[in-house]
Amino acid sequence: MIAGILALQGDFAAHADILGSISVGSRYIRRPDDLDGIDGLVMPGGESTTMSILMESVGLFEPLRRLIIDGMPVLATCAGMIMLSAEIADGRDDQISFKMLDVSIKRNGYGRQLQSFEKDIWISGIGPAPFHGVFIRAPRVIAAGPRVEVLARVEGDIAMCREGTVLACTFHPELTADRRVHSLFVEMMRDGSRQTVERKVR
Amino acid sequence: MVLIMNGIDDAKTYSGSGQGGTVHTDADDGDQGLAQVGRKVGTFPVKRGLAEMLKGGVIMDVVTPEHAKIAEDAGAVAVMALERVPADIRAEGGVARMSDPSLILEIEEAVTIPVMAKARIGHFAEAQVLQAIGVDYVDESEVLTPADRENHIDKWAFDVPFVCGATSLGEALRRISEGAALIRSKGEAGTGNIVEAVYHLRSIVGDIKKLGSSDRAERYAWAKNLAAPYELVEMVAEVGWLPVPLFCAGGIATPADAALVRQLGAESIFVGSGIFKSNDPPARARAIVEACVGFDDADLVARVSRGLGEAMRGLDDASYGARLSERGW
Repeated sequence: MIAGILALQGDFAAHADILGSISVGSRYIRRPDDLDGIDGLVMPGGESTTMSILMESVGLFEPLRRLIIDGMPVLATCAGMIMLSAEIADGRDDQISFKMLDVSIKRNGYGRQLQSFEKDIWISGIGPAPFHGVFIRAPRVIAAGPRVEVLARVEGDIAMCREGTVLACTFHPELTADRRVHSLFVEMMRDGSRQTVERKVR
Repeated sequence: MVLIMNGIDDAKTYSGSGQGGTVHTDADDGDQGLAQVGRKVGTFPVKRGLAEMLKGGVIMDVVTPEHAKIAEDAGAVAVMALERVPADIRAEGGVARMSDPSLILEIEEAVTIPVMAKARIGHFAEAQVLQAIGVDYVDESEVLTPADRENHIDKWAFDVPFVCGATSLGEALRRISEGAALIRSKGEAGTGNIVEAVYHLRSIVGDIKKLGSSDRAERYAWAKNLAAPYELVEMVAEVGWLPVPLFCAGGIATPADAALVRQLGAESIFVGSGIFKSNDPPARARAIVEACVGFDDADLVARVSRGLGEAMRGLDDASYGARLSERGW
């Protein structure tokens, strides 16, 4: 199994490290032909405006959109989550999004860097121990549709959620040594590749 | 790859002269107070975290809100708000100070990407002002006229993160020991000449490599020769990289310059005068952003380098005059 990590800008290397530490191979995605044969996709943290400009200029937006529509498991953190959200409340006019997660999201929703924070959160389905959430100029979910399954909250706001094969966090699990969020994503990748095999057999 | 992860863990346990940071208690922030109890702000992981998010990107010097918009439209990951770009500071002389807060606030209003601003070396009161007006990163910068001949700012005392320049590994580690969460190689700002940036970057990255092959006994001598804390020398030797990201600044003027320093190990770049002293800033800004991402793809760098018009004229080595990179101790 190979996870493709969108590697145009941001903390993509931290995702590769943590996946490597649970023995999952990864490949950096910088152009469309890098997408062949991947089983999952990671959209990292970074600057969503920069990433959206670069995705269009290298011709990755449309092929990525197709893969996500076809049910490719996705782990999206912070800026990555913004790029999947149905509505970006205060985005730039030209900011593009895959609109595959039915949430309305506000960029820098907790304020500027001085309001960036660390705080423990509790995530359902990964065991009772708290997860150390690192929120860097984090986006804030201001509304979510009925299909969105809430997995964790911080101060009442959605911090982690899932819709279909999309798993999204407003914080950065890749910046801590706790591998449980990435393990959950790897499980989704396994389920996804099993279903693909079953489809082919049928 | 695993090394970088270790770096994060090590950086989290690294305490230096103090971890800094503030824990919100229920007395903070009025109505929001109760919800925010338990938040830890201004910690080293939070400071370093923003630098992680800026990796692979371009941070551009801007002197007006209009410049800031051009930079954001071109794909900059952050802007550095200042009154004069380094080329003008160099040409005009005089004492270069922190920018007028109203200019920085206007630039904060104009863009949604992070805004950085410069304080003079050792001028902690300027840094306090920059923190008070909410800048996202403070650059304790040799481009401004130093305010202290011996001491840099105690950066642990702040919640806002700091970036500092370095010409060598020892200088980088001294700044990290003072609390810097991001290092940039200094280069020679305002010259449009990449030679000093290459020299500094090769020096820092080269010494990291050499230190990595040292044995424990040799690391004490490394610490002495670098004039840096032993604990940090040990960490660099074990991890194979600085405990914070390493970016490059000073003299980048073309997409190929960006590709050069990225291939030499810089994780992101600062472009000062190189964009707004060229004759087509929006096109050059976009081209440098694309070359910074596709730095190892010569076809891409070739494509984005075409038809950008004249780069900034710049200065050759013989005509620098005073070297800004020699400021800092």
